[in-house]
Amino acid sequence: MIAYLARRLVQSVLILLGVSIITFALLYLLPADPVRQIAGRSATPQTVENIRVQLGLDQPFLVQYWRYLTNLVTGDLGRSYIQRSEVSTLIAARLPASLLLMVGAIFFELLIGLTMGIVAAVKRGSAVDQTLMLGSFVGVSAPQFVIGLLLLYIFGVQLGWFPIGGYGTWRHLVLPSLTLGILGAGWYSRMMRSSMIDVLRQDYIRTARAKGLTRAAILLRHALPNAILPVIAMIGIDIGIFMGGIVVVESVFGWPGIGQLAWQAIQRVDIPIIMGVTLVSACAIVLGNLLADIVAPFIDPRIKLR
Amino acid sequence: MRQFLTSTVAASALALMMSLAPAAAEERDPNAKPGGEIIITYKDDVATLDPAIGYDWQNWSMIKSLFDGLMDYEPGTTTLRPELAESYEISEDGQTFTFKLRPGVKFHNGRELTADDVKYSLERVVNPETQSPGAGFFASIKGFDEVANGSTTSLSGVTVVDPLTVKIELARPDATFLHVLALNFAHVVPKEEVEKYGADFGKNPVGTGAYKMTDWTLGQHVVFEKNPDYWNKGLPYLDKITFEVGQEPIVALLRLQKGEVDVPGDGIPPAKFQEVMADPDQKARVVEGGQLHTGYITMNTTMAPFDNVKVRQAVNMAINKDRIVQLINNRAVPANQPLPPSMPGYSKDYKGYAYDVEKAKALLAEAGHPDGFETELYVMNTDPNPRIAQAIQQDLAAIGIKANIQSLAQANVIAAGGEKDGAPMIWSGGMGWIADFPDPSNFYGPILGCGGAVPGGWNWSWYCNEELDKKAAEADSITDPTKAEERYKMWGEIYEAIMADAPWVPVFNEQRFTMRSPRMAGADALYVDPVHIPINYDYVYVTDVQ
Repeated sequence: MIAYLARRLVQSVLILLGVSIITFALLYLLPADPVRQIAGRSATPQTVENIRVQLGLDQPFLVQYWRYLTNLVTGDLGRSYIQRSEVSTLIAARLPASLLLMVGAIFFELLIGLTMGIVAAVKRGSAVDQTLMLGSFVGVSAPQFVIGLLLLYIFGVQLGWFPIGGYGTWRHLVLPSLTLGILGAGWYSRMMRSSMIDVLRQDYIRTARAKGLTRAAILLRHALPNAILPVIAMIGIDIGIFMGGIVVVESVFGWPGIGQLAWQAIQRVDIPIIMGVTLVSACAIVLGNLLADIVAPFIDPRIKLR
Repeated sequence: MRQFLTSTVAASALALMMSLAPAAAEERDPNAKPGGEIIITYKDDVATLDPAIGYDWQNWSMIKSLFDGLMDYEPGTTTLRPELAESYEISEDGQTFTFKLRPGVKFHNGRELTADDVKYSLERVVNPETQSPGAGFFASIKGFDEVANGSTTSLSGVTVVDPLTVKIELARPDATFLHVLALNFAHVVPKEEVEKYGADFGKNPVGTGAYKMTDWTLGQHVVFEKNPDYWNKGLPYLDKITFEVGQEPIVALLRLQKGEVDVPGDGIPPAKFQEVMADPDQKARVVEGGQLHTGYITMNTTMAPFDNVKVRQAVNMAINKDRIVQLINNRAVPANQPLPPSMPGYSKDYKGYAYDVEKAKALLAEAGHPDGFETELYVMNTDPNPRIAQAIQQDLAAIGIKANIQSLAQANVIAAGGEKDGAPMIWSGGMGWIADFPDPSNFYGPILGCGGAVPGGWNWSWYCNEELDKKAAEADSITDPTKAEERYKMWGEIYEAIMADAPWVPVFNEQRFTMRSPRMAGADALYVDPVHIPINYDYVYVTDVQ
């Protein structure tokens, strides 16, 4: 186990290093010149050159990358070109909002996904099953900005149940979490359905039924605990999917998380922020996957970590 | 020394004043009631509130409410007036300015402002370590070069005469200098606070302005509260302004309709514009005004076939500007010259190139391209610019020019324009020139003068006419305010001469449309203030306070 963890940790560091090189190189190759972004349209060539030298952007690629990396080790993600603040401060200020959104999304995807999956499994083959699976297909394939705007319009503008965007109370959290969670709900309903069907075929379920337990007791006490575990184990992997989703969802709902930060930075070519958010997201994905792998053997003893 | 007295030259465009009654009482709105709070929304985070650095339309006005400079404009106008200066004198040769400061002005930290602060603030902007995008505006001050190249940090042209008097000497006459002193870059900052916060001063601004910043929660909101010690007694009217960020314009509009927002800072989203204007109730709360903006197509005069003036003139005749204006729901007026109509120096009698496809074709044939040619049109990729580019593309196709559209992120278009052989044609939308100050010279240097035709410059036509450069320098050395009209006339001639060479197709001048909640009041001019965008925070008020 320890050896496994150590190996995975080394792998993770290598992955992050790779991500940093690729992102840095891509941003370096952008035809946009960050110095001119900072200097503005009225700057003299002298000012432009002076800023270039001060930021070390006159140095060759490898020198720049090495400097970024050595600063990174000390936790220094550099300063934003546009916002003129420490990138680490900007990300730290927004991370809690993104984490909260993800917790909300996990809640909704499990609530909706598991319920749909269980019902569909129990009613397998029926019209209910088909309707639910169609719904899950829509959830998986519909673009998040469409779902987001639709929910915003129906529940925010027309019905007025929830605020139109913003941050602060649980009411603000509902619509963005739901939007982000719907995609996952689609996946979970399908996984839950097949997992449940598998379990319901098992001998012990037949035994339970034979000894005269009620349907509800069989489902909730005997089938569900076994069926749900492999599904729950996937949550770690969701983090990766969320990282992509928050960029869209946070922008639609004005949610002050790192997705919105990234979106603004991309539009304004604020390279240090793009770098910083990419690395933080990569870290989250790597950690999420690691978590999923570590949890797996506890849930299914047939899986061994090697 | 020559002294200008209020009464004699108030009418002149430069409006030099010797002394000013305590904070001109006539500008006050008799209906204004103090108190109340408003909410303004923006899509993007506020970048920085450091006056030496902030240079986007969002933070420009916010900084103006936190800080003050020696000069400012009458609210809602482009008329200069002293602000932190109580009075000033200009020497006979127009190269020495002596400012008497208003006594008893206090920074938000309680300390009184002195002439040393003025000197420090100017030196800080010019100092290369500050990385100010506005440093170049101060190039006419004596000693600028030495500070700009890092050999000293002290501007030899700025002298503290006594705690309330500061003298600024210029190395050359500069007719725009008072405008330069009204720029945010010349706003006065307290040294001790700048040193305390270092690079984070922009997140912890301390000035002398009408409001002080009391809270900045990153990614959520910035809060301004009334400065009770503000020198301009009675101002501001509002107790508090909350700037909420991260709000899409469409969401902001919905919230405005629900009464949750007072001004959507990013304006009315284009997709909703017609809907809003069709509703009399909403339309009544929209204020329309001109702005010092021109949208144009550049043609790279160093790249064939645009090195031929006839080709450029033909393109000028080929563009149907009325249709482009319609395309953006008439949110602009067609242009025929680089200067916008509200800018002094605008040639009212100049007619420009009329839309005439046949004449354009003939001219193109004359230039040796009877069958047209293929070229590239660069454009920023946000709506409505790609749609405008398509309209331009169709207009060009009508005279045989096949223009391929390169729709890119803003920074990439700017980068292409700054390369000598980077972009044959650029539609300036989203990057079009908005004047820093209301003076015709501001539309020349960086975008049409030889100085801007350098790698990384903003003169995307790479148009360089040495003769006009000379004439421009000559016009800007006319510092006598009584000759201002003569100077504007010279500038008008310069722009007409440029149009004869046709490096640009001036397409339109954007109009501004600011929407406000029903409870917001104050003169309409405050909502389309040419200097304060979107609104002049210091003078607006709300009606629902007792």
